[in-house]
Amino acid sequence: MKPDPSVLLRRRIVNYCMLVLFTLAIFISIGALTAILWKLSFSGLKAFSPDVFLKSTPAPGSSGGLLNAILGSVILIVTAMVAAIPLGVLAGTYLAEYGRTSRLGDVIRFCNDILLSAPSIVIGLFIYGIIVLPSKHFSAWAGAASLCLIAIPVIVRTSEDMLRLVPNSLREAGVALGCPYWKMIVKIGWKSARPGIITGIILALARISGETAPLLFTSLNNQFTTLSMNVPISSLPIVIFQFAMSPYKDWQNLAWAGAFLITITVLGLSIFARQMLSPKRRS
Amino acid sequence: MSSIITNPRISVQGLNFFYQDNKVLKNISIDFADKSVTAIIGPSGCGKSTLLRVFNRMYDLYPGLRAEGSVIVDGRNIIDRSVAVSTLRAKIGMVFQSPTPFPLSIYENIAFPIRLYRKLPRSEMDGRVENSLRKAGLWEEVKDKLQRSGLGLSGGQQQRLCIARAIATQPAILLLDEPASALDPISTAQIDILIGELKKDYCVILVTHNLPQAARVSDYTAFLYVGDLIEFGATNQIFTNPGIKQTEDYVTGRMGY
Repeated sequence: MKPDPSVLLRRRIVNYCMLVLFTLAIFISIGALTAILWKLSFSGLKAFSPDVFLKSTPAPGSSGGLLNAILGSVILIVTAMVAAIPLGVLAGTYLAEYGRTSRLGDVIRFCNDILLSAPSIVIGLFIYGIIVLPSKHFSAWAGAASLCLIAIPVIVRTSEDMLRLVPNSLREAGVALGCPYWKMIVKIGWKSARPGIITGIILALARISGETAPLLFTSLNNQFTTLSMNVPISSLPIVIFQFAMSPYKDWQNLAWAGAFLITITVLGLSIFARQMLSPKRRS
Repeated sequence: MSSIITNPRISVQGLNFFYQDNKVLKNISIDFADKSVTAIIGPSGCGKSTLLRVFNRMYDLYPGLRAEGSVIVDGRNIIDRSVAVSTLRAKIGMVFQSPTPFPLSIYENIAFPIRLYRKLPRSEMDGRVENSLRKAGLWEEVKDKLQRSGLGLSGGQQQRLCIARAIATQPAILLLDEPASALDPISTAQIDILIGELKKDYCVILVTHNLPQAARVSDYTAFLYVGDLIEFGATNQIFTNPGIKQTEDYVTGRMGY
């Protein structure tokens, strides 16, 4: 059948219009991202100096840095991850290996998905209710606990997904050798899924390193550098929040420096995570 | 029917197998001879692999699967719950359709099953690994790269690695579930030769879709059709002078599956 020329013309016009729409959408979204990174780098780098890493947050008008906030963030994140990694990986393993067809597995998976999408402020409020109120003071423990609760569902989900990608024939091959099931999981399943599980852990880390809302009423803030977990502790997101809203120029600059620092860290972690998953690293 | 086998390594009597309420193996009785190859042939879904996976209780892994009857290995009914599967599986090696090397080095792939049962000094372990690889006809190709990942080998090499792994625990029985169906003709030929070597030491049971392969490498052949054992006999007889019409139709390719 010979196509009608008008049909062909119409197709080409529609094709062209759609292409323009797609390209426009890309430019707008990439443009927004570039603008953010541009502004951050510009204002952040301007405020950057060795003092950022060497001095604690200053009183308005005097010079200072972000040492207490950086240290606080590191302490909060490390504490949270130390608890979240084993819990998340083990729970994800249960879901992938034992809870695949069971009713209990389905229920846990559903709850985990809800936790995964729960607003972080709700989790902060929960920790405020069960840790801060009874102990009558804000503390690093409370902050770490709320970050931990945010990281766990991310790790559970990715660990489960990655273990499910391990071919069933590999499980059977292990078991056929007389290997107990748990040992097969530890020696073969985890080993096969390792790059994916580590990626999930890094993504969880990136996620919690920028969380602000749950820290507002758990770890609060601290003007001084502290290593104690029982007192309020400073953290980068909170300092950014406080300083950026202030009327003082030097505080605002420090907020930019902190925001830049977080962004670079998260960006670096994401790139590293991608590298872990790239096919070139397989086999 | 199975009177042709004296002194069987595995003796199956009245075996029924259920997938939930679905009976997929119906009253199977068959003997498997030691130091020989028995091929199990039949169209897809006839229960070949199911039968094979009864012998190492692989079905234990999945809920809803159940076997009834008797499968006697070394005087014990292995279907019996009281038989420890890990002991059973140390005695029975299995190789799967697609190669399943573990994400470990070539050396560790072979050492893995041995470590499950024994703590050996390094030198003894080296000897065991070499011995297994030699028996699987892979030693010459990998002896200089034992510490490299098993995943880096070709498909045919991976499958021979899996055979080496399966015989590392010095089993008595070797279950091969279509071991060459994912391989190219040259690798398949290597596997065929290997099976001929392996039968000197093991009771080899080979499930295959590939009729020429069954005819080439096996001593006995069993023909299964929708859960029934239709005919069992010497391979030569099954392929040249089958006693049952259905068997003849299948081995001559006249059955339209």
